[in-house]
Amino acid sequence: MSAAIAEPTITEDGRRIGGVVMEMRNITLRFGGVTAIKDISFDIREGEVRAIIGPNGAGKSSMLNVINGFYHPQEGEVWFRGEKRGPMKPYQIARQGIARTFQNIALFKGMSTLDNIMTGRLIHMKTGILGQAVWKGGAEREEIGNRERVEKIIDFLEIQKIRKAPVGSLPYGLQKRVELGRALASDPQLLLLDEPMAGMNVEEKEDMSRFILDVNDEFGTTIALIEHDMGVVMDISDRVVVMDYGAKIGDGTPDEVRRDQKVIDAYLGVGHD
Amino acid sequence: MPAEFWYGVEVMLNGLMAGVMYSLVALGFVLIFKASGIFNYAQGVMALFAAQTLVGIQTGLVPFSHLINAMLGTKIHHFGWNVPTFLAILLTIGVMVLFAIIVEKLVLKHLVNQEPIILFMATIGLAYFLEGFGDLMWGSEIKKLDIGIPQGGNVWVEESTAFLGGEDFYGFYLDTLDIYATVIAIALVASLVLFSQYTKTGRALRAVADDHQAALSVGISLRTIWVIVWSIAGFVALVAGVMWGAKSGVQFSLSLIALKALPVLMLGGSPRSPARSSAG
Repeated sequence: MSAAIAEPTITEDGRRIGGVVMEMRNITLRFGGVTAIKDISFDIREGEVRAIIGPNGAGKSSMLNVINGFYHPQEGEVWFRGEKRGPMKPYQIARQGIARTFQNIALFKGMSTLDNIMTGRLIHMKTGILGQAVWKGGAEREEIGNRERVEKIIDFLEIQKIRKAPVGSLPYGLQKRVELGRALASDPQLLLLDEPMAGMNVEEKEDMSRFILDVNDEFGTTIALIEHDMGVVMDISDRVVVMDYGAKIGDGTPDEVRRDQKVIDAYLGVGHD
Repeated sequence: MPAEFWYGVEVMLNGLMAGVMYSLVALGFVLIFKASGIFNYAQGVMALFAAQTLVGIQTGLVPFSHLINAMLGTKIHHFGWNVPTFLAILLTIGVMVLFAIIVEKLVLKHLVNQEPIILFMATIGLAYFLEGFGDLMWGSEIKKLDIGIPQGGNVWVEESTAFLGGEDFYGFYLDTLDIYATVIAIALVASLVLFSQYTKTGRALRAVADDHQAALSVGISLRTIWVIVWSIAGFVALVAGVMWGAKSGVQFSLSLIALKALPVLMLGGSPRSPARSSAG
């Protein structure tokens, strides 16, 4: 059974949006008696920026955790690249090409920026433990190759200056950027961002939006993001899913969603500019 | 320099090397603690078990011989062969890796995301289990461990330093075993530091120590890492067990050395600190 593949389209700014990469079908997730997600279906197309929005407790983060494998839904199917996904561990899903960042920043605080981003390359490193012990030959070559890729990402995110700094000592905005770098380093098929702009000031938010758009534009990375800041979401995303109390109440382009009466009632409220 | 000064230096050197012997055990603690936040109470017993296994394999003891004899009425104790030291060490490493896998499967796997205190309690249980299991497997009598490291004062060191202090000074009296232990400990610490700093598995180890969720999200399997950490800790335990076993025989008190090593651990702090070996 094939997923409903939409025709590739070209956006106004010239990016190519391809077929469906990931499809959630009738996902229901419960914690004991609490239903966090109620029968939600949506898809994510290749090359697009897809946003999931909703008020606090709407189940957005739970949805991301389902995609990323931290949570296993009681009902529904997850389709990735045309195949139904069986029960998998989060690290296996990461190896399939789904990378993510976290709302509360989950970096390896004791390690340098460079080492943190290098961990993102782990899934592309194949040398066995004995090969690493010998070091010369395979392991060394592999390390150098991956290091080059990481240096490119460091340049891209403009964090050359903090390359050697332990990330625990960095300011919040920079930590968020390092975390994005780590996710990016794995060359993901799908990049999940959990509130990338949370807790940032206006300037940092603008920087982060620019990086997200650049990642999408230059690497063609498919991005699914959760965000609280409505203005930002509407500016940078191609399509938006709106959730409220665990259910989907809207889905479409930012303009469509903005006009949707149900969405306005639930979330935007009257008088939102 | 007066002879007294050189006697002082001699005492200091001996103190340092005794500290190194303890730091071998402490290293095992630090490894597991750094990589998984677990204080492994069983580290000392692991050293004992490793040493017992090495002696057992080396001298061709039949595992569980007392149990077998008691149940079947037989009187077997020895296979009647001796295994070469090098091969015996390799086999013992194999046993320690197997032990790591079993610990992960039976204990750690079921305690993911638990409080450190709960994991600590689990390692206490593990310690008592392994203590009994080791005795059951290899017998509880004191064994002599001989892997060819000479003991006693090192004549070469003594003679070549005798000129330092004039007539009353006869050179440094240093135990050859302690010298070996020092060299091995330095090599072990250096290679572990290199491994954790520069290889991808080392990076993964540090990542897991820092944040489980984030480690999962970049594709690191926690279970694989735990098996690796416990295997390395098993290997370090083997080294510690061998050195202490060679020094004072393989016996129960070996497992208590681990607890004596705790002050070294507290004083020394991080695994990269060279201060640790001098703390002894």
